Amino acid sequence: MAARDIHGPAPPWGDEFRVVGKPTRKLDGLAKATGAAIYTDDIQLPGMLHAKTLRSTQAHARIRSIDTRAARALKGVHGVITGADLPIRYGVIPWTQDENALAVDKVRFIGDPVAAVAAVDEDTANAALKLIRVEYEPLHAYFDPREAAARHDPAIHEGRKEGNVSKHVRLEFGPVDELAAAADVVLEDEYSFHGSTHAPIEPHCAVATCSADGLLTVWSATQITHYVHRALAQVLEHPPQKIRVIQPCLGGAFGGKSDPFSLEFCVAKLAMLTGRPVKMLYTREEVFYAHRGRHPMSLKYRTAAGRDGRITSVDAKILIDGGSYSSFGLVTTYYAGQLLTGPYDFPSYRFDSTRVFTNKPPCGPKRGHGSVQPRFAFEVQLDQLAEKLELDPIELRRRNFQGERTRTVNGQRITSNGFLACLDQVERASGWKSKRGQMPFGRGVGVAGSMYISGTNYPVYPNKMPQAGVQLKVDRSGLVTVFTGGNDIGQGSNSMCAMIVAEELGVPLEHVRVVAADTDLCPVDLGAYSSRVTFMVGNATIDACRKLRSQIVSAVARVWQCAPERVRLMPGVVIDLEDPARSLSTAAAFQCAEEHFDTLGSTGSYNTPTLGGDYRGGTIGASPAYSFTAHVVEASVDTETGRITVHDVWCAHDCGRALNPMLVAGQIEGSVYMGIAEALLEEHRVNRLGLHAGPSLLDYRLPTSVDTPELHALIVESLDPEGPYGAKEAGEGPLHSSIPALSNAIFDAVGIRMKHLPFTPGRVLELLGEKSEREARARGGVETGGRV
Amino acid sequence: MRLLRLRVNGDVVPVAAPSHWTLLEVLRYRLGLTGSKQGCDKGDCGACTVLLDKKPVLSCLTLAALAEGHEVTTIEGLTPAHLRAGGRGADPIQDAFDRCGALQCGFCQPGMMLSARALLAKNPRPTRPEIQAALAGNLCRCTGYTQILEAVELAVAESGGAAVQPADGRRGARGAS
Repeated sequence: MAARDIHGPAPPWGDEFRVVGKPTRKLDGLAKATGAAIYTDDIQLPGMLHAKTLRSTQAHARIRSIDTRAARALKGVHGVITGADLPIRYGVIPWTQDENALAVDKVRFIGDPVAAVAAVDEDTANAALKLIRVEYEPLHAYFDPREAAARHDPAIHEGRKEGNVSKHVRLEFGPVDELAAAADVVLEDEYSFHGSTHAPIEPHCAVATCSADGLLTVWSATQITHYVHRALAQVLEHPPQKIRVIQPCLGGAFGGKSDPFSLEFCVAKLAMLTGRPVKMLYTREEVFYAHRGRHPMSLKYRTAAGRDGRITSVDAKILIDGGSYSSFGLVTTYYAGQLLTGPYDFPSYRFDSTRVFTNKPPCGPKRGHGSVQPRFAFEVQLDQLAEKLELDPIELRRRNFQGERTRTVNGQRITSNGFLACLDQVERASGWKSKRGQMPFGRGVGVAGSMYISGTNYPVYPNKMPQAGVQLKVDRSGLVTVFTGGNDIGQGSNSMCAMIVAEELGVPLEHVRVVAADTDLCPVDLGAYSSRVTFMVGNATIDACRKLRSQIVSAVARVWQCAPERVRLMPGVVIDLEDPARSLSTAAAFQCAEEHFDTLGSTGSYNTPTLGGDYRGGTIGASPAYSFTAHVVEASVDTETGRITVHDVWCAHDCGRALNPMLVAGQIEGSVYMGIAEALLEEHRVNRLGLHAGPSLLDYRLPTSVDTPELHALIVESLDPEGPYGAKEAGEGPLHSSIPALSNAIFDAVGIRMKHLPFTPGRVLELLGEKSEREARARGGVETGGRV
Repeated sequence: MRLLRLRVNGDVVPVAAPSHWTLLEVLRYRLGLTGSKQGCDKGDCGACTVLLDKKPVLSCLTLAALAEGHEVTTIEGLTPAHLRAGGRGADPIQDAFDRCGALQCGFCQPGMMLSARALLAKNPRPTRPEIQAALAGNLCRCTGYTQILEAVELAVAESGGAAVQPADGRRGARGAS
C-alpha cells in the first residue's frame, strides 16, 4: 500500500539536495510581511453580523432559567441562541464528548459560554448580552484537584461512575519494586507544575455563512480543520457534504486551537438561523477562558539506580488538574507517563496518573502536551541523583542513553536517536566543563534532556484510512499546485510541502503553490497537533510526487526512445543523463506527459505502521519517530531579591533532517523562549473564588524582547529511516528540557532545588532561607539572624 | 457617527465611523487595511502598532478622530513608499524579516516592523540592546525574538550600517536569499 511506502533519507535525484536543507524563505512570508495575508478576522462579508458570547459568572451552578426576551427585542439584534439550540455534545476525543457549545442545564467554570447573540455590530451585540437574564443555583465548586479526586458529590459531570475523576491510568512494566529494593541509591521526591497557557497573539475567531440551499461555510482560526468539520456536522445535524471548513492564515496556536470551540458552532448556527454571514472574535479575556493550556500537575517520583548511575527503576504518581472538561485529557493522562521512556533506558517503570475535573477553564494540549511536566520532575530528579553519586550530570545522562533502533520499556519503537550528539553539542557550545561548579556563587549552569513524538499512530477517531493525504495538480505552464489538508499554523508546513515538490519534480520553488486546510478542496489531514505535520504530510507529498514523476519520466523516455533511468528532472529542465544536448523545459515535459497520460495529477498519502505496546493504551504515545533534545541553561540568582536571570540557553535538537534549517531554528528558539517564560513569568491561575487571576497579556506576563535570554539553536540531524528525507519534528520537543535545565542551573548557582513551578523570587528567597538555616544548624546551631 | 478625513499611507481618505471608534477599527473595518492586527484591544501586545507622523502608536488606544491632521502609516504603506522612492521589491525591513525567518505566524509582525521602521528613522545604526528596547512594546509568541532581532540587524547592515554578527552553531540557518 502506497501509504506505507518508506521513501528513505536520500535525495530524489543524484547525491545532493537542491532545495531541501537550505535556509529558504517561506511561501507566505512576504504576504505576511506586507500585511496582505488574510487571517480569519480580516474576512468581511457583505451584510455580516457580529456575534458575542454571554459567559457564566458562576464557577459551578445549575441554570434555573435563561430569559432572552429583552435581548431579542433590542433593535439590531438578529439572533439569540442558548444551549437549547445546540444540545448535542462534542469533544475532540470521541470517547469523552462532554462539551456543549453553550451550557445545557449547568455551568462548570467562570467563563463557560451560556448564550450567544448576533447583531448588526459588536456594540449592539454587547448591549444585548446585558439584557439576558440567567438564574443560577450555585453548587459546591472544586478548585483543589485533591478535593475533586476525593469527593464526588456534587459531580462536575453527572452520571459518570468515576465521579470527578476524568481519567485514571496505571501501567507497570518490569519488576519496579524489586529493582528499587535492590538498588544502591533510591531518590524519592515531590514536584509540581503550575498552569500555563498558549497565548497566541491572534485571538480565536470564526466566520460562517450559509447559502439559501444550505451550504455552510465556516472560516476558523483552527489547527484542526478536519475535526471541526466532523464536529460541526455532528452538533448541527447538518450533512457533512454541505459543510466547508477553511482555515485562513493563522496567528499562532501552540495547541490552543486544536479543539473544536464554542464560537465555531455559534457562528454556524447563527448564520443558519439568520441567513446572514456571522463573525465572532474572542476578546483576549475570552481566550483565557477558552484556554486548553498546560495541565497543572503534582508529581511524585522515585528513581532507583546503581552506584554507576544506571537507572534501574522509575515509579511515578501524578495528579492532573484537568479543569472543567475532558478536551484531550484522556491522551494527556497517558502522555504524562508514556512519553518518559527515553532518551534513557531503564528496565522497570510504573506510572499512576489521575486527571480530575475542577471548576476552572479546561486544560488541554499546550506545546509538549502532557509530557513537559513529568519531564521537569524527572530531569530534576536525575540532577539530584547525579549530585548524590557525585557524577557530572551530563555523564549520568550519557550512561543511561537508550541507543538507536531499540525498544523502550513500555514497548515503543525507537528508530533514529541523536541524543548523544545533542549532549555533546550543548556541552561544547556552552563551555560546560569550565563552568559547572566553577563560576562564582550566584551563577550556574544546568543540563537536561528529553524526547518527543513526531506524530502518533493514534488517529483520535478509529479508522484505517491515511492520516495525511496530498493531491497534486499540474498546469501546462509548469506550475504545480499542492492540495493538502495540513494546517499551516505559522510553523511553515505549506513551505515544507512546496520545498518537497520543488525537490522531487525539478520545478523552481516559485512555481509551486499550496492550497491548504480547506475541506472542500483538500484531501484529509488530521491537523497540526502531536508534531505530526512535517512527518506525515511531508511523506504524503513525497508519495504524490513520486507517482507523478514516474509518469513524466516514462512519457519523456518514450518520446526520446531511451530508458527511463536516463531521464532526470532538474530545476526547470528535464535532461537526458547520457546525452546532455537533449533536454526539455519542465513545462514541455509536463505537456508531453499530459499528451501520453491525459490530464495530469496524483495523490499521495501517509499512514503510520502498526506501533505500540500490546496493552490497553499501548498505542498512545507510539510514534513513527521520536525527536531528542538537550539543553544547557546558564543563569544567575540575586540572593538579595531572589530574582533569577537567564543569560543563555543552548538547545541542541535532533530533528532528523532539517528540511529548512531557518525554520527549524525558529521552532527551537520559539520553544525555548516559551519554556523559560512559563518557568519564570507566566501563570494561568484561578483564585479561590474561581476567577482567573489576570486574563490579559500584561497580567499574564508574556516576555518581551528585553526579557528573553540569548537563545542558541543547535541542529542535530540523525536521519530517520521513515521521516521525509529523514526528518522528524522540531516544534515541541525543544521546549521540554529547558525548564528542568533552568532548575538545575539554579542548583549549580546557589545550591537550592527548585522543584515547584513557577520559579518566583519569593520561592527562591524561601529556599535560600531554609538552606542557610540548615547550614547554620550544621555549623553548631548558630543562628545567622539574617535572611540569607 | 462622525465624518473623518484621515491621511493614510499618503492618501487623504474621507471615512464615516462611530465617534468612539479607534483608529484600529477604522483602518481594519472601514478602510479594509487589515494588516494592522488586534491581539488584545487594550495596549498590551503592540500588534496594532501604526506610525503617526513616523512615531509608533497603539492604534487600538488611539481614537480615530485624534488621527486627523496626522500622517498615518500602516504596514500596507511601506512597500508602495519604497517603490515610489525608486526602490525594488519589498521594503527592506519587510524583506529582511522574511529572509531571516522572523515571520512564523506573522500576526504580531506588522506592528513589530513598524516599530523597527520608526527606530531606524531615528537611529539608523542601532545596537542590539537599542533594537530590543525599541521592540519591547511588541509581543511575539512564536520566535523568541531572535530571528526578529537578526532581521533588523540585517536590514541595518544592508543599508550600510553595522555588520551582522554571525550567530554561533547555526550551520547556515540564517539568511535565505
